[in-house]
Amino acid sequence: MSSFEVIAAGVLSLLQDNGRFGQSALGLTTGGAMDAPSARWANRLLGNDNNATLIECSVGGLQLRANTSSYIAVTGAELPLSINDKPAELWAVHKVQPGDVIELGMVSQGLRAYLAVAGGFAVTPQFGSVSTVLREGIGGLNGNKLQTGDLLAVQKVKQLPRLSLPQAYRPQFNRILTLRLVEGYQAERFSVTERQRFYLNSYKVTPQADRMGYKLKGAAISCQQSQLLSEGICYGAVQIPPDGQPIVLLNDRQTLGGYPKIGSVLSLDCALLAQAVAGTELYFTAISPEQAHNALCLAKVRTDAITSQLVSL
Amino acid sequence: MSKPQYQLTVAGENALMLYFDQRIDPGISALVHQACALIRAELAAELIDVLPSYASVLVMFNPLRTDHFRVQAQLKLCLAQLQNNDSQSGKRVELPVYYSEESGPDLALIAQTKNISIDEVIQRHQAISYRVYAIGFAPGFAYLGEVDPLLQMPRLATPRAKVPRGAVAIADRQTAVYPAQSPGGWNLIGLCPTRMFNPEQTPAMPVSVGDEVRFVTIDKAEFLRLGGELQGAEL
Repeated sequence: MSSFEVIAAGVLSLLQDNGRFGQSALGLTTGGAMDAPSARWANRLLGNDNNATLIECSVGGLQLRANTSSYIAVTGAELPLSINDKPAELWAVHKVQPGDVIELGMVSQGLRAYLAVAGGFAVTPQFGSVSTVLREGIGGLNGNKLQTGDLLAVQKVKQLPRLSLPQAYRPQFNRILTLRLVEGYQAERFSVTERQRFYLNSYKVTPQADRMGYKLKGAAISCQQSQLLSEGICYGAVQIPPDGQPIVLLNDRQTLGGYPKIGSVLSLDCALLAQAVAGTELYFTAISPEQAHNALCLAKVRTDAITSQLVSL
Repeated sequence: MSKPQYQLTVAGENALMLYFDQRIDPGISALVHQACALIRAELAAELIDVLPSYASVLVMFNPLRTDHFRVQAQLKLCLAQLQNNDSQSGKRVELPVYYSEESGPDLALIAQTKNISIDEVIQRHQAISYRVYAIGFAPGFAYLGEVDPLLQMPRLATPRAKVPRGAVAIADRQTAVYPAQSPGGWNLIGLCPTRMFNPEQTPAMPVSVGDEVRFVTIDKAEFLRLGGELQGAEL
């Protein structure tokens, strides 16, 4: 069987796809690549299905050995990539031969890199998705993160063009973020003053930030209602617990929660937040559902247009 | 009979919340159950998920196929069919429980706190037919309500590091069976050998939101025969 072998798993490497949908009524969260746009670029460069299974390598340190000839692309966080100790470009397709060693160093900007392989890693989905959710023990290989010695099956592939994404189109993982937020849920139960406090002050990413959510620190805001009946939590929802410090709930969030929420961060900005390290400064800005919809459609059109213009190296 | 009242609120870029009167009530839960069935049947093509809870439904759609306006309009149309109907809408499920001090380390504490016998705690817990109000916290964790007011117990001040799979527990006026070993702060009164979440099985869960659950006493021998494992809880 054609495969890649994990020589070193790095800090936290997880098999992911776009996420697990339609299973929340069982209590299963979505999971999926935290920086979905970067993950999709890795698949696009290789001509893969947009939901193809890839590796999300957080912080870095992943080493793989190719046991077959194939193609790879690494996108997302800035880190040194090498193939057989020779530096290789990120956001670009590289051919690998049997025995080649692919090494991802430690991140210098951003947090999560995505390694995709031509055709995607062949992993049996659970509940319709390969996404690994460690808390649930679901997805990936037996619900686990990647470990030394794991064999990742791949398909034989035909020749692929050596595409790369021009520098200008690669995301910048800036120090200061502005997170666009669609107001919703209990937004009206935050007074005008509290909402102003929320939008006018900056917040910082705290070390309590993981695949479940990002806890922020800044001006505390209060809600007229402190507890509610547990209700469904959507991607990007901003929960305000009694201490008034916002938590942006991300891919591995619990499906239900009983704290008030002021609205939800636009998915495109959640992806940037997922690349932010502790200490990153950020602001919130309110947008309407129509503006959000417009932003999503534009992003899709733009990505499609760039894809059609990519040229081979 | 009056038409059921509801409210639609934006939740996020691709999500709407359907709210009913915000209380824990079998009639409200029946509306949630009905609404989910209607929404799943009529909007399926453009939805990515439908998530019921006590008195709300989170509706998530694909924003590259539809938008808030269209989904709101479709929801209003299909929710016009909602009917106030208190009758049980889900299936009935019996869950066996081995109640004992060995399998339920907090039984004695509840009995002592409430000044009743351990047998009475057990009797009162299984006398009620519970409704599945919500599923969440962890895969397969079903919130069942409502518990006899006399058995109402606050969560432990310090959650246990390890609650075994199958632990039957009480917190406030809710009861649940832990679907997997996990940390937990509920009061433990017994063990249930039925797997509440099994990824290898279809369906993965014996219950879904809207179902009715009754607990039935079994003895230790029966518990073990049904595949139960006696694993202690750890503080």
